[in-house]
Amino acid sequence: MSALLDVPVRGGADWDFDALRVAYDRCADIAFGELGLDTYRTQIEVITSEQMLDAYSSIGMPLMYRHWSFGKHFARDEAYYRHGLRSLAYEIVINSNPCICYVMEENTMAMQTLVIAHAAFGHNHFFKNNNLFVQWTDAGSILDYMEFAKKFIVRCEDKYGETAVERVLDAAHALMTHGVSRYRRRRAPDLHDEEARAAERRAEAQRTYNDLWRTVPGKPTGASQPNAEAERKKKLALPEENILYFLEKKAPLLKPWQREVLRIVRHVAQYFYPQKQTRVMNEGCATFVHYHIINRLHEQGFLNDGAMMELLTSHTSVVFQPDFDDPRFSGLNPYAVGFGMMQDIARVCSAPTDEDRAWFPDIAGNGDPFGTLRSAWAGYRDESFIRQFLSPALIRRMRLFSVFDDSGPELEVKAIHNERGYLAVRTALADMFDVVQHEPEIEIVDVDLIGDRCLMLQHRVHNSVLLEETDTAMVMQHIADLWGYEVKMLEVDAVSEAVLKRHAAGPRR
Amino acid sequence: MNIVDRRLNPRGKSLANRQRFIRRARSQIMDAVRRASARHGVTDIGGGEKVGIPADGLREPQLRHASSGGRRIYLAPGNKEFVEGDRIPRPPGGAGGGGSNASAGGEGQDSFQFVLSREEFLDLFLDDLELPDMLRKQLKLTDTTRPVRAGFSVSGVATNLNLVRTMRNSLARRMALKRPSNAELAAREAEIARLFEESGEESEEHARLTEELRHRLYRRSRIPFVDPVDVRYNRFRPEPQPAAMAVMFCLMDVSGSMTEHMKDLAKRFFKLLYLFLTRRYRHVDIVFIRHTHLAREVDEETFFTSPESGGTIVSTAFEEMQRVLLERYPPHNWNVYAAQASDGDNMPADNAKASALLQRVILPACQYFAYLEVGAEHREQTTSTELWRAYRNIAQAGFPIAMRKVNHRSQIYPVFRDLFARDRATREADDVKAGA
Repeated sequence: MSALLDVPVRGGADWDFDALRVAYDRCADIAFGELGLDTYRTQIEVITSEQMLDAYSSIGMPLMYRHWSFGKHFARDEAYYRHGLRSLAYEIVINSNPCICYVMEENTMAMQTLVIAHAAFGHNHFFKNNNLFVQWTDAGSILDYMEFAKKFIVRCEDKYGETAVERVLDAAHALMTHGVSRYRRRRAPDLHDEEARAAERRAEAQRTYNDLWRTVPGKPTGASQPNAEAERKKKLALPEENILYFLEKKAPLLKPWQREVLRIVRHVAQYFYPQKQTRVMNEGCATFVHYHIINRLHEQGFLNDGAMMELLTSHTSVVFQPDFDDPRFSGLNPYAVGFGMMQDIARVCSAPTDEDRAWFPDIAGNGDPFGTLRSAWAGYRDESFIRQFLSPALIRRMRLFSVFDDSGPELEVKAIHNERGYLAVRTALADMFDVVQHEPEIEIVDVDLIGDRCLMLQHRVHNSVLLEETDTAMVMQHIADLWGYEVKMLEVDAVSEAVLKRHAAGPRR
Repeated sequence: MNIVDRRLNPRGKSLANRQRFIRRARSQIMDAVRRASARHGVTDIGGGEKVGIPADGLREPQLRHASSGGRRIYLAPGNKEFVEGDRIPRPPGGAGGGGSNASAGGEGQDSFQFVLSREEFLDLFLDDLELPDMLRKQLKLTDTTRPVRAGFSVSGVATNLNLVRTMRNSLARRMALKRPSNAELAAREAEIARLFEESGEESEEHARLTEELRHRLYRRSRIPFVDPVDVRYNRFRPEPQPAAMAVMFCLMDVSGSMTEHMKDLAKRFFKLLYLFLTRRYRHVDIVFIRHTHLAREVDEETFFTSPESGGTIVSTAFEEMQRVLLERYPPHNWNVYAAQASDGDNMPADNAKASALLQRVILPACQYFAYLEVGAEHREQTTSTELWRAYRNIAQAGFPIAMRKVNHRSQIYPVFRDLFARDRATREADDVKAGA
């Protein structure tokens, strides 16, 4: 590294590739040395604003199959961007190995430093270590898979026509929220397993053999009729919450390529599912990391005061949380919640109050803020993380309060930031970031195999919140098209089992 | 860490998605295009067009909770005076407590505007239009040619060098002539060096190997790596392109009886026609003829812009057209189309001559003749004009002549589409008529 390159970053300065490399190295020293992060190899890609819009529209993937909805998002984002209604993100980062970070060419050198600290270290560490990502996504193969998917869809379009492919993709996209598996499927036992199990059973029978049992009068044989419905459900592995999976495997009329298209969409949905569940943590982690790194760089003199001011401006606007009565308010900002909680955990670890000792006896004052954070980043998702780590101090600082709405003319304030309210507020916040509570609980419950092959779905209604009507009718139509026969859905109250509403759709031929 | 500069990657990666989107939104976009064409002049259309896409036209449905109803708990920051148990009136528009529901995904389904490029706009604008009965005349070979791949040749320009073929030949020749390879020579040299170290320069083996190496080097120098006989070039043969020869005659009355409004209508019509022809057919000649009591062939610029006034003698235009036809476009080689715009006025004495000319000379030469009668903006014509009556008689006699009336500029585009719509049924009907 030449001495020339080692000059501190000034605010507003242009960047070049050597400077990027130096900035990366300086960030890496702090990230690996002080924070103890563990990341995938990084690949920084410099792109233009148009390419950024591109990446936006294809949900952040560098490779994506073609579909009109991406064109729509591009047109919309572009219109917003051109009218100045919305600015573009400074970076996009992809959960892949090597981890790809897109940075915009318009960024100043100071911003590039921030972006590198944020994406190449913060997000990257989170992707590599968080248990949801480790368990459910395969960072090493996602880009190859997307390349396959893209080519496969192109081949299908050539062979069967764009309209036919589009029809399947439309239907699959409509079901994307219900195309994820939340639990690992049990592996079907192979011959070897079966054999071992049979041997084990024989041994057990022998060990516990007692001749007396022979003399006990048993039930007359053939009296217990197997329940036909239960049998059928078992064979079809019902109930099934992954609608796309069920249709891919069991829909009677689909052609092999249509099943493969469903599978691709299902895989994409599954790949993004961890990101949906960890918005607060992921952004909190990245923001905490960049904030620590830029502060250290400033202390070291690598960032001069001008650059630091620029970065602080952008940092504060990212973690800004307007109050509920502010015209700028549009819900809780995951960056603000995430960053607030990370800082709070670091504070509890290093400078706890008596209250913290009572609430977090296991981490309060343990003197290892970064280690504690790293294990939190690895082991939790938003919902469990908030349930575990949201402290009364932060609730007070953000002045959180929860409001109950039973669709009457008035709302009722349920809990505020006081001794009686902390737990209720914490639960409410955790529920708010719990994806499962936002997505309706819908399962495929039965198929009328003997009759007209009607597919039965069930929505378990919690707190009387029904489905959105127009959308549901359209999605039902898509399900019916894929299934090939009639589809019915009941909305059943989860507590009283009362049927609240019915939907039905038949296939379009 | 790698840094990759992607800024120079090819642009328009999302073009395919955009095309699919436009095809999907076609009906909505078409409506917007129609509205735009009524609003602007044809020339303004060139610069692309803003198109509003309504929200529900391109909905992406999901199974999700309704946004209201049921029992919900919201969480919001920034409490100021609320205490537990307070009852607050429901805020309007879901602001305040109601707005804090971070509905998963947060996908807004609002409508938005986007801009069509000029190409996209014209594609939609002139979509599905065709000159009727095109290509019925013999295809004529024109002097335009297109290079077509035609194997390989031993001579050519450097840019056409076929590397694969050349290297394949070179490899085959080198193998056949046993040209010593680098690896082989290196092995020999190593062998010699080893012998030299073991037993010095004296050994017989060493001398033999050195001689052999010398021989191989000599052989290598005589057998070139790439010989001129190896070199192959891609060969291209120029292939003449057959092209249908078509000519469009645009006839316009610019006499004093044509008001500004009528001229405007006629110009709009021809502008549209011109746009359509230049865009759809590269090989269509266009002839502009305008007439008062005298007719003159003019260029495009004059046709559309320069003012003129005088009496009206339609037959002069036909005579001019006949002259041009004879001079430059012999009907047995050319598809001939004509479109005439007029307010329907003609000097009474000329009517007979005009219809006779039309019937005997113009129509037999034409594939298709369109007559557009422009009228005053707010007055529906009750009586037919002289020209209209005359043309109607001709049409009833079975000649291929299409007639339309236009009063308002919003009618131009529909009438234009109507005249040139690619519609099998009417085309076949026309064919029958033409054959009769």
